[in-house]
Amino acid sequence: MSYLVNKQRNILDFALSSLLRRKGKNLALVAVYTLVVFALASVMFFAAALKKEASLVLSATPELIVQKMVAGRHDLIPMSYAEKIRKIRGVTAVEGRLWGYYYDPLVRANYTLLVNEKTALPEKTIAVGAGIARVRSAYRGSTMNFSSYEGKPMLFQVRGILSQESELLSADLILLSATDFRRLFGVPEDYATDLTVQVRNKKEVATVAAKIQQMLPDTRPILRDEIIRTYEAVFDWRAGIVIVVLLGALLAFLIFAWDKAAGLSAEERREIGILKAIGWETSDVLQLKFWEGLTVSLTAFLLGTIFAYVHVFLAAAPLFATVIKGWSILYPNFRLTPFLNVFQIAVLFFFTVVPYTVATIIPSWRAATIDPDQVMRT
Amino acid sequence: MRKSSIFISFILGCTLTLGLAFLDALFQKAGDLPLLRQEIKVVETLQLTDFCLATEARHTRHPSQSDWHSPFQSHPGALDHFPSGAIIQPPERIIKGHELPR
Repeated sequence: MSYLVNKQRNILDFALSSLLRRKGKNLALVAVYTLVVFALASVMFFAAALKKEASLVLSATPELIVQKMVAGRHDLIPMSYAEKIRKIRGVTAVEGRLWGYYYDPLVRANYTLLVNEKTALPEKTIAVGAGIARVRSAYRGSTMNFSSYEGKPMLFQVRGILSQESELLSADLILLSATDFRRLFGVPEDYATDLTVQVRNKKEVATVAAKIQQMLPDTRPILRDEIIRTYEAVFDWRAGIVIVVLLGALLAFLIFAWDKAAGLSAEERREIGILKAIGWETSDVLQLKFWEGLTVSLTAFLLGTIFAYVHVFLAAAPLFATVIKGWSILYPNFRLTPFLNVFQIAVLFFFTVVPYTVATIIPSWRAATIDPDQVMRT
Repeated sequence: MRKSSIFISFILGCTLTLGLAFLDALFQKAGDLPLLRQEIKVVETLQLTDFCLATEARHTRHPSQSDWHSPFQSHPGALDHFPSGAIIQPPERIIKGHELPR
């Protein structure tokens, strides 16, 4: 046993010396490899954590939302629709939701304005999200000016700041009273932005949604499951340009690594020839190449994964923030809860370490099975 | 000191750090439970439907509530010109209704 361990350690010593002889080239390879693992692991950790948090948090979202569509666009829904929906068997409650967007030219940011009957804000007062408080330097007691749909100024007093902990949900929210909302946007009394529907039996939600669509063909029901599924696929690999760029970088690395691992240089072939000439077995040469491959890939895998964890969960993913932010002025300061599992790490290991290690062995096996004299002469 | 000893120590150190990351994740998860409960309460009370990830356009602020046309709303034939629209995938429900025939 100790003979086997000693032998492997000697081969590892030799592999490390061999890698250090081409220090610059191999360090560059480890750096690029680490960067690729870091990018892949960051995307994986970020998407998985967001997906998990969405499935937990959005489980409390309304179970059925009904929107009115006009010419392919979301439009205000008449409250008379609520009466019709209420008559469907199994429906326990139908409520109108009032919400919309407001563009603030002062800071060039979009806000989401929302009416919530439960918070019961007095007229001319608002509660703002922590993101808005930051960009507008708002505090309890300060005032904010809005321009109504008629162009008239409307002054609101900030009555509260929404908690910083829920910024992922509420950074751009402004809560106000229904009267103020209607006055600001000119929404008639008998209209709402959309309707929320409560169904007695959860198994019947899809049936109720189908009935609503049949009864009111210009509406679109949105189920809670669909909302959760939206976040399951939010950063899907098909999502677009960023993924194409990442894929481009990945392909470039694959070509680089394949060239480095699969194509042996004349110097490396001569080294194999000399080793065989001084008595190394083919299996010893293969073990040497295996250790060389494993040293590079394992180092890159471990460093890349650790950096990705620090990036996503300890530093709040600053690289993703710049991508997701886009043109938004308002961006929430949020920290994702790390939902990490062994399966994620195993998948990452399988896709990053195994291919490279295998790719280094095959050409070495070819060189190691040729006559040493012939290898040294070429 | 042998090179292999230095390398093995380095790999063990990295593995230990990764293990500590798992442990940190576990502690953070436990510590975040009240926060998650608070977030669930906010969603329930305010009847929210989406995460505030990108506020620049309505189809990225509320992807679950958006329609197929909102990214191309500027004029007929317009392209989605909001950068965050390039990474936030439209909901499956919308894609299904607009898939090109194969």
